[in-house]
Amino acid sequence: MRAARVLLRPVGFAGFGLLTLVLLAAAFGPVLWGGRAAAVDTGNLLAGPSAEHWIGTDNLGRDLFARVLVAARLSIVLAVAATAISLVLGILLGAAPMLLGRRLGRLVTSAVNVLVAFPGLLLVLFFAVVFGVGARGAALAVGVAGAPAFARLCHTLMAAVSERDYIAVARIAGVSRIRVLLRHVLPNVAEPLIVNATMAAGGVLLTFAGLSFLGLGVQSPSYDWGKLMQDGLNGIYVHPLAALAPGIAVVLAGLAFNLTGEAFAAVFGLGDLPGGARSLEEPREPVAATPAVPGTVLSVEGLRVTIPGPAGPIRAVRGVTFALSDGEAVGVVGESGSGKSLTALAVAGLIEPPVRVEADHLLVAGEDLMAAGAHRRLGTSLAIVFQDPMTSFNPAHRVGPQLAEVSRFHQRMGRKAALARAVDRLRAVRIREPERRARQYPFEFSGGMRQRAMIGMGLMGDPRLIIADEPTTALDVTVQRQVLELLAEVRRDTGAALLLISHDVSVVTDVCDRVLVMYAGRVVEELPAKDLRTLARHPYTRALVAAVPDMDTDLSRPLAVIPGLPADPVHVPAGCAFAPRCPLADDHCRAVAPALVAGVACHKSTEVPV
Amino acid sequence: MKIPTSGRWPRFALRRAARLLVSLWVLVTAAFLMIHLVPGDPVRAALGPTAPADLVLARKQELGLLEPLWRQYVTFLRHLLNGELGVSISSRLPVGETIAQRLPATAQLAVAAFLLAVAVAVPVGVVMAMLTRRGRGRRTELAFTGTNVVVGAIPDFLLGVGLVYLLAVQTHLFPVAGRDGLDSYVLPVLALAIGPAAVLSRIVRVEMLAVLETDYVRTARAKRLTSLRVHLVHALPNAVTASLTLGGLLLSSLVAGTVLVENVFAWPGLGSSIVSSIVAKDYPMVQGTVLVYGAGVLLVNTLVDVVLALLDPRSAIGES
Repeated sequence: MRAARVLLRPVGFAGFGLLTLVLLAAAFGPVLWGGRAAAVDTGNLLAGPSAEHWIGTDNLGRDLFARVLVAARLSIVLAVAATAISLVLGILLGAAPMLLGRRLGRLVTSAVNVLVAFPGLLLVLFFAVVFGVGARGAALAVGVAGAPAFARLCHTLMAAVSERDYIAVARIAGVSRIRVLLRHVLPNVAEPLIVNATMAAGGVLLTFAGLSFLGLGVQSPSYDWGKLMQDGLNGIYVHPLAALAPGIAVVLAGLAFNLTGEAFAAVFGLGDLPGGARSLEEPREPVAATPAVPGTVLSVEGLRVTIPGPAGPIRAVRGVTFALSDGEAVGVVGESGSGKSLTALAVAGLIEPPVRVEADHLLVAGEDLMAAGAHRRLGTSLAIVFQDPMTSFNPAHRVGPQLAEVSRFHQRMGRKAALARAVDRLRAVRIREPERRARQYPFEFSGGMRQRAMIGMGLMGDPRLIIADEPTTALDVTVQRQVLELLAEVRRDTGAALLLISHDVSVVTDVCDRVLVMYAGRVVEELPAKDLRTLARHPYTRALVAAVPDMDTDLSRPLAVIPGLPADPVHVPAGCAFAPRCPLADDHCRAVAPALVAGVACHKSTEVPV
Repeated sequence: MKIPTSGRWPRFALRRAARLLVSLWVLVTAAFLMIHLVPGDPVRAALGPTAPADLVLARKQELGLLEPLWRQYVTFLRHLLNGELGVSISSRLPVGETIAQRLPATAQLAVAAFLLAVAVAVPVGVVMAMLTRRGRGRRTELAFTGTNVVVGAIPDFLLGVGLVYLLAVQTHLFPVAGRDGLDSYVLPVLALAIGPAAVLSRIVRVEMLAVLETDYVRTARAKRLTSLRVHLVHALPNAVTASLTLGGLLLSSLVAGTVLVENVFAWPGLGSSIVSSIVAKDYPMVQGTVLVYGAGVLLVNTLVDVVLALLDPRSAIGES
């Protein structure tokens, strides 16, 4: 049972424990200590703590410890009553749109919205005037004042539920509004409501203590914790515990409700985040680092990316080796989860702990990324285009300054000069009216325009390498074409190399010179882009290419798919990762992982009919 | 900040002003109706059962309670526009005068506490986010959220009592009560600020953690800026915008929180006078104070929305 899990959390355990104690005190306090709390001892007025009176006595010599325990009942009962009033009124107001129809409901909702803007205490004071001073008036005041917040919550929750299909079905079936509310809506919002009511009860308890403390709540001779504090405050010089002890009781009781509510919220809602970084050290085969060949803009050897997970580390990239020469365009293709995007991010040096990046050798745009201090120079020599242009610009800054920042920071340009360059770069990526556009915020740009601006940002420096991670995936087809053409044009103009990550085989064959095919964190085949469709030797590459329909595809037959599921990155098989899905696999394939030899990592590559 | 020429800003201003006016109208009407919602005879209740009947009648006449309701409402609105808030039943002084005398003390307290809360919460939240990001610093995180929940659960007036005990009664560092010199501000401002600072720093941390995982922060890192610049220039404004919405609520509850704290410290502000006038059933005085507090809260909310719109222009187009 989920509720039982609450007790397993430290917060839930503490909350429940406290709540049980508080409720026990409320239930049995007046019975057990009522006598002591009322016993007047004129020989012991305003006494300090002693063995007989643990926290001393009040101005009539009554035992304060007993009084604090006895006050629990009134404090809790009043708080729960006020919360119940808030909850019932809140549900009624929140359900108004459902019960009263659209127009009246809207009126109620906007009234609630106006009321919610006022802090609770102010509403409490207002209603305290109306309902009068005293315990009953205060309970009504606190209850009514809490209703708008509950109404807002109910409204939001119910609005989400009432859009679901089964509510629509019930309505069409002619079920009455009240019945829909009681049978279908309320049960579905009960959980968050109860959690919130529990937490609210803690707040109400404190508010009530405040009211009694002000003299607006419980009146003599009755007393709750707030009243005890009010009585104690005057004597704080002589007898500070008299004011502090009921205060501590209030805080503990408030915490009891709060923590219990939060523990329930945590169990009902989000689970724990994946565990923290554990040690991921694993044996690595020593590889002799080869010196970089001149004219190489990117050189990667034995790149490994490991993500800590609750079920053990996920080895997302398992030893990838490749290189790009100056001006070359290389595509990386593979299914989702093949590790291609992580490879790109690792190469760009943008992966943060706890995800771990290791490599025997990682040289990007002439900088050894494994060495310290290399990153900064990449600001101008490496351009990156991300997958989702809608989220890759900072919404709080204008587009122009976001571009200009590169030059201001790396090339020490002044504000004006940098902005002028930004406008120039925006023009270079074919953004119309670049002066006006530079002054706009990203949300005023369309997706294609943002992606072009992102390329423009890469052109602020003098890039030797452009890494584009699925740059066209989030765009529609006509815009995709424009962005790809722009990338090609930029390469022509700057001579930069391009590392293009894509799941789209046709995009890669159009743009790139060479293609790396990745599967389960490894490069399984490397070949010229023009040979991808015809000369691929790895069974995975062939299946991938076959899965792309073209003009000659026979549409009367089902489209080709790759059978099976991509390898589970937590449990990568010992042998070839593709073996479980491969029609040619034998026991050798399942036992021994093939190395990348002569552009292909497959034991059966010679058997594949070309 | 330069304001773009497009129609976005006028529309935002119009919508926000309309909302403020409607809220103000609701407030004024509620304050007017308050005395009429009181069960029984409010004037009799205020003057006590021993007051002679003709005095009650004369007071009613004076308060205009014998007229038809709509005319009372019109008179009330007209007086309000002239800045007249009526005369206190108990002190016989104009309510407006008393409020004008006491408002500054309350406003100083609230503003000082808010500034302190923000000044503490934002750096603490940001630093905590950096220290506990992505499962790092588990123990720091536990200690932070733990103390935060406990501190946030202690109401401001209790903190006030605790502070008085520790720093005034025990150590005589600060005066116990009253408003006299700068050091008398320390304890009430602390009592008001600690709770909101705790809540706000938790919010700032959570928002900051969320913002640090966004694509645009990755873009900023791709520009190879310094970590400080990434955090302060790219992440913080976005985290603050999100925190500000809740911070605004906090500020308005802080305005109301002055009521309790003023009573702990015998602060000569509006908070102590509203309580005594509620107890004394001095309705014109309560009415005036509620109006001032309510208007203060509404102005704060509007101000927060405007700042929010300047920081994050998207919020200016969003439907309210």
